[in-house]
Amino acid sequence: MGEIGDILTAIFLVVGGCFGLVGSFGLIKLRDPMSRLHAPTKATTLGVGGVLIASLIHSFVLEGYVSVHELLITLFLFLTAPVTALFLAKAHIHRHSEEEVLPSPGKDTCWAVLDERTSRQIIDEAEYGQDE
Amino acid sequence: MSLFRRFFPHPLLTVLLTLVWLMLVNRFSWNSVIFGFLLGVFIPFVIRPYWPNNPRISSPLKVARYIGVVIYDIFVANVTVAYQILFMRVDALQPAWISVPLRLRTPEAITTLAATITLTPGTVSCDLSSEGHNLLVHCLHAPDPDAVIQEIIDRYESRLMEIFE
Repeated sequence: MGEIGDILTAIFLVVGGCFGLVGSFGLIKLRDPMSRLHAPTKATTLGVGGVLIASLIHSFVLEGYVSVHELLITLFLFLTAPVTALFLAKAHIHRHSEEEVLPSPGKDTCWAVLDERTSRQIIDEAEYGQDE
Repeated sequence: MSLFRRFFPHPLLTVLLTLVWLMLVNRFSWNSVIFGFLLGVFIPFVIRPYWPNNPRISSPLKVARYIGVVIYDIFVANVTVAYQILFMRVDALQPAWISVPLRLRTPEAITTLAATITLTPGTVSCDLSSEGHNLLVHCLHAPDPDAVIQEIIDRYESRLMEIFE
């Protein structure tokens, strides 16, 4: 039992490590900043996931208790990774104003980052529009 | 506003915070249940001004199915992106910006959709249009942008429509 646990732990550690490495390699290989954003948000999710599963198996098989901290780390990771990516992307659009590259925002005026109005003004306009 | 709503603006959040506290402690005891519950009452109470409306979630079964779909997609996404990084030449990759029209109106649903898009195959959600009718998404490799838009709508948005609206 202990040996199987060891082997499983090792496998998940190696798989996790590989994905982490691929994610970091992507940062070097890809050229523009927006493409680089894909490498750390994806490949690392499974990288960290592999290490967490390994830790879960290790504590269950070798130390004999169920640890739920790993599940919490996964939960927090899933909550925070998209927020980080969104902020990086917004900062990029804001700094390198490439409005002509972006697709049309449909029936709205523009993309939120490039909007010069304050949120108060937008709410006022929306309410004014409803009154009519 | 009823008395219950006044003390528990987000009943689900209260339960969730209690559970998260128990998991942080990592060992069951009634002391931590009580302390977790106090946190679960206190935190929603403090953040209520910033989160006034309450999302209505129709069926827990659909939420569970959605989470299952997303976790499966995250696995696929990781393998796909790893393959693209390792074996595709940089010139062969075709990054694209796409604009996804939204039928969802509740802020919670749009947040969930944006987070899902970021976590799944080759797409990162970047921005919302100024009145919130479109979502700006960047694709790592999209030879056919319209197919990606259609996939996002069919796979995630329609499920979220059933859950939230």
